[in-house]
Amino acid sequence: MALLQISEPGESMAPHEHRLAVGIDLGTTNSLVATVRSGQTVVLNDELGRPLLPSVVHYGADGHVDVGFEAQARQSVDPRNTIVSVKRFMGRGRRDIAHIESMPYDFAGNDNAAEGMVKLRTVQGVKSPVEVSAEILGSLRARAEASLGGQLTGAVITVPAYFDDAQRQATKDAARLAGLNVLRLLNEPTAAAIAYGLDNGAEGIYAVYDLGGGTFDISILKLAKGIFQVLATGGDSALGGDDFDHRVFCWIIEAAKLSPVSPHDARLLQTRAREAKEYLTVHGEAPINARLSTGEFVDVKLTSEIFTEITRTLVQKTLGPTRKALRDAGLSPDEVKGVVMVGGATRMPQIQKAVGEYFGREPLNNLDPDRVVALGAAIQANLLAGNRAAGDDWLLLDVIPLSLGIETMGGLTEKIIPRNSTIPVARAQEFTTFKDGQTAMALHVVQGERELVSDCRSLARFELRGMPPMVAGAARIRVTFQVDADGLLSVTAREQTSGHEARIEVKPSYGLTDDEVAAMLKDGFSHTTDDAFRRALREAQVEAQRLIEAVQSALKADAHLLSMLERAHVDACVAKLQAVMMGDDRRAIDAAMDALGKGTAEFAARRMNQSVQRALSGKKIEELES
Amino acid sequence: MSVTLSERAAEHVAKFIAKRGKGIGIRLGVKTSGCSGMAYKLEFADAAEVEDVVFDSHGLKVLVDPKSLPYIDGTELDYAKEGLNEGFKFNNPNVRTSAVAVSRSTCNGFQ
Repeated sequence: MALLQISEPGESMAPHEHRLAVGIDLGTTNSLVATVRSGQTVVLNDELGRPLLPSVVHYGADGHVDVGFEAQARQSVDPRNTIVSVKRFMGRGRRDIAHIESMPYDFAGNDNAAEGMVKLRTVQGVKSPVEVSAEILGSLRARAEASLGGQLTGAVITVPAYFDDAQRQATKDAARLAGLNVLRLLNEPTAAAIAYGLDNGAEGIYAVYDLGGGTFDISILKLAKGIFQVLATGGDSALGGDDFDHRVFCWIIEAAKLSPVSPHDARLLQTRAREAKEYLTVHGEAPINARLSTGEFVDVKLTSEIFTEITRTLVQKTLGPTRKALRDAGLSPDEVKGVVMVGGATRMPQIQKAVGEYFGREPLNNLDPDRVVALGAAIQANLLAGNRAAGDDWLLLDVIPLSLGIETMGGLTEKIIPRNSTIPVARAQEFTTFKDGQTAMALHVVQGERELVSDCRSLARFELRGMPPMVAGAARIRVTFQVDADGLLSVTAREQTSGHEARIEVKPSYGLTDDEVAAMLKDGFSHTTDDAFRRALREAQVEAQRLIEAVQSALKADAHLLSMLERAHVDACVAKLQAVMMGDDRRAIDAAMDALGKGTAEFAARRMNQSVQRALSGKKIEELES
Repeated sequence: MSVTLSERAAEHVAKFIAKRGKGIGIRLGVKTSGCSGMAYKLEFADAAEVEDVVFDSHGLKVLVDPKSLPYIDGTELDYAKEGLNEGFKFNNPNVRTSAVAVSRSTCNGFQ
C-alpha cells in the first residue's frame, strides 16, 4: 500500500486524484527540488541525504550521461564534455555569451539568438542548452517521484527576473523534454518572497538580495492584491561567494608569505579559504592549516575583522546595483517594507550588516538562503495543482453544500466532488466499461450523501457515444466535474484512446432550499451502517452478474470442452447464483460465486490449453524461440 | 470500537500539527474511489463535526466520521519509511473481510 501524507481538511483525494507538485530551483551552480508534504514545505534530498544537485552534466564516451556530483567529479578530467553553468547559455546566441573564448567547450551553431541557440559539441553529438538542462530537470524529477511515490502532476520552475522570452521559452522546452508539466515559470525573487509568506502580508515594496556562488541579483518587487510585480532588477553576473573565497585565498598567500604555488596547492588553499569563510559565519576567528606539496606548512588565523576588511570592496560592489535598481524603480531605501536574503553567500555576517544598514531594517534571513527559492516555488506549485493549504480559504469562496457524483453499475453513487469543497473546483476520475464491445456509456449525474443513487437527487443524464469497441474493463473514460465560481457544474466524459467526448452543464444547488440540504445531510449520516451494507451487497450483485456473463459467453464459445455431466454442474452453479443474487444475503452470494468459480476452474484451464495449442500447433520450435 | 495511532505515527502527527500551528487532531476516513474500491483519507482536523466519533490516542484526538467507521474500526495508523519515500500506513483489520468490497470492481458499467 502506498504511504500517505496528511492533507488539509477536505483536501484528501483518492490516490489517482492526489496531485503531486514540486517547485524546482534550476540554478546556475546548483539546483533543488521541493514540495509541500503533510502541510510542510520541504526540500527533497537525494539517496545520500544531499539537498543540492550541482547543475553539471557530463556526457561520457560510452554513451552514459552523469548529472550532479558524479558529473562534477569529471570536470577536471574531461572539461570539454562536462557542461557547467548551462543556465548562462539558455536561449542565447554565441554573441550573447560573455567570455565565451575562455570556456572549454566546442561551440556550434549561430552567432545570435534570433538565428537559434548556441550549441555544444560533445562526445555524444551536438547538444543544445535545452537538452543539457533537461538532463538536470530529469534527474530532479526522478528524485521527486522516488521521494513522493508517484507521478508528478506538475512543476513550478524558477527563472531569474531578468530572463527574456527566449530564455523563458528555452526553460519551458527543457522541462517538457524532461517530461515535466510546467504549471508556470516563477521569478526567483518572487519565489523567495512567497517562501517568506510575504504574498499574504502587507502590500508594498520588497527587495530581494540574491548573492549566489557566482552571480549577484537584486530585485525590487511591488506586492499589490496578492500579486508581485517586478519593478526593477540589477546585479553583477560575475560577482558571488566565490570571489570572497578568492580574497581569502590571496590573503593566505600573503599572510603565510608563500611564493607562487602549484595548481594543486592552489586548489587545496582555495578549499581551505572557503572553509574558513563558512567557519566565520558563526565564529569570531578561523584557523587555517595546510601542508603544501613543497613541504611548507601554512598555519594562519583569519579573524572576522580581517575578513570584513579584505572583502569590504566586494560587499560595496553589491550595493552599487542595489542603489541603481532602487533608482530605476524611483524609490528610496526607506520605502522598502522588507528585504529577503537569498543565496548561500548571504550567510556572511558582514553582508547581513551592510544590507541591514543600507535599507535601515533587519533583512529576513530565518529561512535557509540556499533553499528559499525552491521552497517558494513548491508553495506556488502546490497551490496551482489545486492542493490548497491552510490560510488560503479566501473569504469570497463558496462551498458545495452536497457531494456531486455519478451513478455506477448497480445503482451506486460514486462521489467525485465531496461536499464542502470550495469552488471553483475541478476533479476527475477514470471509469471503464462493463461489457465487451460496449460503444456507448450513459452518465447520470447525482447529488447527495447516500450510497445508492435512488436515495440521491438526480441532476442530469447524458451519453458518451462512438467509443471504439473493446473488452470490458479496457476502455478508459475520464470523467471531469468542474464547478465554476458561479456554481455552474459542467461534466465532461472523454474516452482517452479515441478522444471522443461528451459534456453537459447543470446548475446543481438551485432548486434546493437550505432545509432540504440539511435533511439530505442528516439522512446521509443516519443511514451509515445501513448504507455500507447496501453498498457491499450491490457490489456483490454487480460482480455476480459480471461473472455469470463471463461464464455464459465462455460456454457459448467452447461448450464442446465439457462433458454432459460437467456442463450440468456448471449450469447448476449458474442457476444457484442467479437464484441468490437478487436476495440480500451477501454471504450466500459470495458462497455461490465461489462455487461457480471452483466449478468452472477446470473449464477455464481447458480453454487456456486449447488456445495455447492453437497458437503453437504447426510451428517449429525455432519459430517460437525467435 | 476504536481507531488508534502507533507511537511513531503519534510522534509524527504531533510534530506536523505543531509545525502547522493549528489543528485539534487528525481525521481518518475512507472515500469510495472508482475502480480501485476504497481509498483512505488522512487529514488535519481543525474542528470536530457534530457527527464525528472522537478517539484519544497518545494524547491526540483521532476523528472519524460515522460513515467511515464501519470500514476502519480497529485500525492502527502507523508511520513507515520505504526508501526515499516516507509516510503513514493504515493497519486495518477489516481489510480481510472488506477486501471483498475493496477488490470487487465497482468499475462502472454504463449500458
